[in-house]
Amino acid sequence: MVSRKDYDVLVVGGGPAGLSAALSAAENGARTGIIEREDRLGGILKQCVHDGFGLVRFGEQLAGPEYARRFADRVVEATSKGTVLATHLGAFVHAARRETCGDGGVRYVLECVSRDEGVFVAAARSLVLATGCRERTDRQVFIHGERPAGVFTAGLAQHLVNIEGLLPGHRAVILGSGDIGLIMARRLFLEGVEVEGVYEIKSEPSGLSRNVRQCLEDFGIPLNLSTTVTAVHGDRRVQGVTVASVDRRGTPIPGSERYVECDTLVLSVGLIPENELAVSLGLALDPATRGPRVDQEGRMAEAERADEGIFVCGNALHVNDLVDYVSESGEQAGRAAALFAAARREGVPIPERELIPVKAGSGFLYAVPQFIDRARGGKAVLYFRVNATRAEGGVVRVASGGATVLKKRYAVLRPPEMERLEIDVAAVPEGATQISLELADKGEGDGR
Amino acid sequence: MGAKRKFVCVVCPRGCALEVETDEGGLLVGVSGNACRRGEDYARSEIADPRRVLTTTVAIRGAALRRLPVKTAGAVPLGRLVEVCRALDGLIVEAPVACGDVILRDLCGLGVDLVATDSLERA
Ligand SMILES: Cc1cc2nc3c(=O)[nH]c(=O)nc-3n(C[C@H](O)[C@H](O)[C@H](O)COP(=O)(O)OP(=O)(O)OC[C@H]3O[C@@H](n4cnc5c(N)ncnc54)[C@H](O)[C@@H]3O)c2cc1C
Ligand code: SF4
Repeated sequence: MVSRKDYDVLVVGGGPAGLSAALSAAENGARTGIIEREDRLGGILKQCVHDGFGLVRFGEQLAGPEYARRFADRVVEATSKGTVLATHLGAFVHAARRETCGDGGVRYVLECVSRDEGVFVAAARSLVLATGCRERTDRQVFIHGERPAGVFTAGLAQHLVNIEGLLPGHRAVILGSGDIGLIMARRLFLEGVEVEGVYEIKSEPSGLSRNVRQCLEDFGIPLNLSTTVTAVHGDRRVQGVTVASVDRRGTPIPGSERYVECDTLVLSVGLIPENELAVSLGLALDPATRGPRVDQEGRMAEAERADEGIFVCGNALHVNDLVDYVSESGEQAGRAAALFAAARREGVPIPERELIPVKAGSGFLYAVPQFIDRARGGKAVLYFRVNATRAEGGVVRVASGGATVLKKRYAVLRPPEMERLEIDVAAVPEGATQISLELADKGEGDGR
Repeated sequence: MGAKRKFVCVVCPRGCALEVETDEGGLLVGVSGNACRRGEDYARSEIADPRRVLTTTVAIRGAALRRLPVKTAGAVPLGRLVEVCRALDGLIVEAPVACGDVILRDLCGLGVDLVATDSLERA
């Protein structure tokens, strides 16, 4: 017999997004279950031993595990005290499906495998997906050559060093200047690995400026911009790589090739939201964020499924650079999921939604959420990224139906830095068909 | 002759690009580019004595995991980070450890403690 656990809210993933979602769902009265495939709560933060987490939320620079503890300890306490929260650790959700409840509503059923509990299913009216993101691998990056041992993604290298206590090699080259790659350059250097340099195909670093300074400049590690790795050499183990300068389109310039000796190549070429479960449940992904399309509470926005309670938060929704915002999105989703489940259980009709699409105009990479439910009222948080550096800053105008909902000036705008806006939903005019984000130069946008 | 230097403030994720002017004696004359007061304080200490918080891991015995994440409770001189790391290479901590526990007092005579940044139970 496969055992079955019923909850009001089920949270998949015990990283910062899932922890916040579960805590806020439980605080709002929902019987909440967390399903996490690893043996410990905390998600990716367990291996992020560097500090810099929690500045926005706690005003302190915490190490990753320290930040995660603040939430994980509360979850453990809530679990030991009562029935509201249950945590299934070492449990992997391998499939999700829908089931119709006696009252005609939808329920989500998760099929799980766990070392301790064997095979079990968990079911709930509200489902919160907090599955985080995964790293792009060399398969998705175009490199010629053999595939010898010694090629690692930055996250894997981080796991080896910080969790297993193993060094990946003696002399490393880092491809890609994303934050994890920069952090690993410093980490490897401090562990005694020679870090030959970081190579970035773009003309500017893709990580935060502070990480370029405190991870590379502090230790004299060279950052080679507009340069990439074109080949990996070595039979069984990496012996070296060929690097080459690239032109504006990112194409290697003939004659600029140079051989670099190394036994380790670390790839820090980006993260992709993890959404297998969302896709298996029929949710469409936004091509810009690679996450599902949601409203300001993280609730799925597919209009034809108006009675459904799937919520998405954290890195599963879009790749965040600050964990503080990951926690914020988890809280919103958890609370909304609890209220949704309660209403369904009590047979309260689901309020009509008034989903207005958010359109990020030219100059933006994306904006999240993709819809604002005007019927919800109150405040809504919008996150966005620009697609190119604006060293002179700019003015972002949120407009709808001819009205200006919000205008905000920024001293600098850079793609690695996600920005946050809070809008007053009531300022969106009735009958509006779109909410648009427009970017203007400082002078123009002033409207004075 | 004074000097002008440009560096990024690392106090918060905003990462303001500071322009820092010093006089002949190496003392701070002026800072621009900082969005808040902390940027100025940072520039002052960065010029006189750059310091960083060290985050790393140490070996642990008796827990389900092999490494315990740690940090220095305060900033240590940038130029001594490598030396401090090597000094920790041989250290083995005994589980259980709670987040915030002091692992070593007065690390390398720097007047700064080493503290745990995670809790690891006895397995
Ligand atoms: C290397 C690195 C460095 C970073 N540095 C900083 C920094 O300096 N400062 C900062 O503020 N932020 C930083 N961040 C960002 C921040 O840590 C992340 O944005 C945040 O941890 C994401 O939280 P999450 O809960 O969405 O995902 P995760 O932490 O990835 O958690 C997802 C969880 O879901 C579980 N899971 C996934 N699928 C399943 C399934 N099918 N069944 C069961 N469980 C599942 C996973 O095991 C995991 O525990 C960094 C991120 C990384 C990766
Ligand atoms: S100057 Fe202030 S706002 Fe700018 S990075 Fe430093 S601490 Fe942050």
